[in-house]
Amino acid sequence: MDHPKTIIDKIWERHIVHQEQEKPDLLYIDLHLVHEVTSPQAFEGLRMKGRKVRRPDLTYATMDHNVPTIHRNVIKDEISKTQMETLKQNCEQFNIPLADIDHPDQGIVHVIGPQLGLTQPGKTIVCGDSHTSTHGAFGALAFGIGTSEVEHVLATQTIWQQKPKTLNVKVNGNLGKGVTAKDLILAIIAKHGVRFGTGYIIEYTGEVIRNLSMEGRMTICNMSIEAGARAGLISPDDTTIEYLRGKRHAPEGEAFDRAAEDWRSLATDEGAAYDATVEINAEEIEPQVSWGTNPSMCIPVSESVPDPENAATVNEKQAIERALDYMGLEPNQPISSVEIEHVFIGSCTNSRLSDLQRAAEIVRGKKVKDSVRAMVVPGSHNVKEAAEKEGLDVIFKQAGFEWRAAGCSMCLAMNDDVVPPGERCASTSNRNFEGRQGNGARTHLVSPEMAAAAAIEGRFTDVRQMGSAVLS
Amino acid sequence: MEPLRIHEGLVYPLNRTNVDTDQIIPKQFLKRIERQGFGQFLFYNWRFHDDGEPREDFSLNDDKYKGASILVAGENFGCGSSREHAPWALEDYGFKVIIAPSFADIFYNNCFKNGLLPVTLNEETIQQLIKKAETERYEVTVNLEAQTVQDSEGMQESFDISSYQKEMLLNGWDEIAVTLNEADKIDQYEQNIVKY
Repeated sequence: MDHPKTIIDKIWERHIVHQEQEKPDLLYIDLHLVHEVTSPQAFEGLRMKGRKVRRPDLTYATMDHNVPTIHRNVIKDEISKTQMETLKQNCEQFNIPLADIDHPDQGIVHVIGPQLGLTQPGKTIVCGDSHTSTHGAFGALAFGIGTSEVEHVLATQTIWQQKPKTLNVKVNGNLGKGVTAKDLILAIIAKHGVRFGTGYIIEYTGEVIRNLSMEGRMTICNMSIEAGARAGLISPDDTTIEYLRGKRHAPEGEAFDRAAEDWRSLATDEGAAYDATVEINAEEIEPQVSWGTNPSMCIPVSESVPDPENAATVNEKQAIERALDYMGLEPNQPISSVEIEHVFIGSCTNSRLSDLQRAAEIVRGKKVKDSVRAMVVPGSHNVKEAAEKEGLDVIFKQAGFEWRAAGCSMCLAMNDDVVPPGERCASTSNRNFEGRQGNGARTHLVSPEMAAAAAIEGRFTDVRQMGSAVLS
Repeated sequence: MEPLRIHEGLVYPLNRTNVDTDQIIPKQFLKRIERQGFGQFLFYNWRFHDDGEPREDFSLNDDKYKGASILVAGENFGCGSSREHAPWALEDYGFKVIIAPSFADIFYNNCFKNGLLPVTLNEETIQQLIKKAETERYEVTVNLEAQTVQDSEGMQESFDISSYQKEMLLNGWDEIAVTLNEADKIDQYEQNIVKY
């Protein structure tokens, strides 16, 4: 046998089109996902130079960032409307398949790729969106790119890439009841910081990862970029293969069996070496709540907001002070004492069917606190329909949640779903940056269960103390 | 893209770490379909009040930094979203060089596509540059060919950069044209793709 390799090495080697000294490798791209915000300038660039899209058949577009989640055909913002119409025209001109706002396959680009079976193990996948790392859950090498690179991939179906280093994040033990994939990734970033993955591709390994569903794995890989890693992936196994069986764009019949065999062979070999490894003990992890303005500023729900006086460095002290000031929090304040006005369940991190099922179990038969505005935004039209078939929409609506149509929505508030200045939101999204959910808005990142619990109680509550029978 | 070889300019110090691309260019300005005109929105929520009046507590509004073209900031500059609108806004505002102890990967790559040079220097040097630029009108010269940053008082530091990215900036090359020179290799690769 050859010397043992990681899945990262195997996928990389398969995709090298051209390699020479002192240059990055030229990699072939198997799937290019496109949305309305980061693509118009790329298409315009092609037109200016008279260039074509090399492989429209390996390109797939949707509208997600700007779309309204209510009154679907009333787009008040003229510039948003132009951006969506521009995507439609570009897809028509360059012959690219598009799931537009009225299409049954429409949804957040990182939700629909897997759902349609476009996302498959061993593929190289890019999109003008940093959360492209999500697709790594399938054992694909998937990363976000800028608009110039979007143009480059459209024109050449390739990208120049310096091979990053490899980082093994090994998660041992078991997650406790009520502790989710979201809590795990938030806790990892809280422990190791927002740039421990910079320059690396992460492979998540260990018992906990193997036991996660595909949807849980997507939540983990999605937030790799919040740790600084452009890509995070998980070796394919039976869970991956069973998820893909029967999906529309997955191979069929005997071709599926051949594909499955190949996908299994991509998994990291026993004894393969990584450039770095960190180990995490899942047993120690509690439900998390972010208190600050980057995803590493996160604590267990039982703890209190940090005191800048205890910071290790001057830089850290200043960063904590700035974050507390922006967030309107006091040092040493228990996070469970913080009251919220908004709850957002959605985003490419946590808007899939199982996310909604788990949140619905928490709210079933209960009422959203009067002072709270809560909404659920399914990740795709398909997720919305599946949830409605199970009656989840009824559970949420009876509790006082708004039940919306699919899109990125309040994760980045490019449409009308905005948190007003100074108000606080328990959000299942991925970024708590200043102004992310609206100018002056205060975001607290949590799991779907914790968001649902916060909606009922009007403040952060340990979900494990709320009807524990329903917790998985 | 404009080639960049040697740049001499005024330093603007932004003594913050983890400056994310949501701060560099907030999402309400991502709806435009052009590449130009983003400079007016750079650091918008830090620079302006809700009514559009400049905020006095944000130093970029200070007259002494008018015309600054070299931004010096804390670690992990450009983290978060992949939006290339961030380098577009910095470049359109007038910045040519960004100096920081470290950069987020996507932002770092995006800079090179837009004639913007990201320079990595050690934390100690960065703190010295920030202190100087906070107290006086401070200019430095960045020489991409020699890979150095220097001032008139004898400070000189070298920086690392990949030879590929250096060549791209020095020559202002169109990367797509470079790649299309390898079109036969792409054709060949496609012919060998194994179908299940």
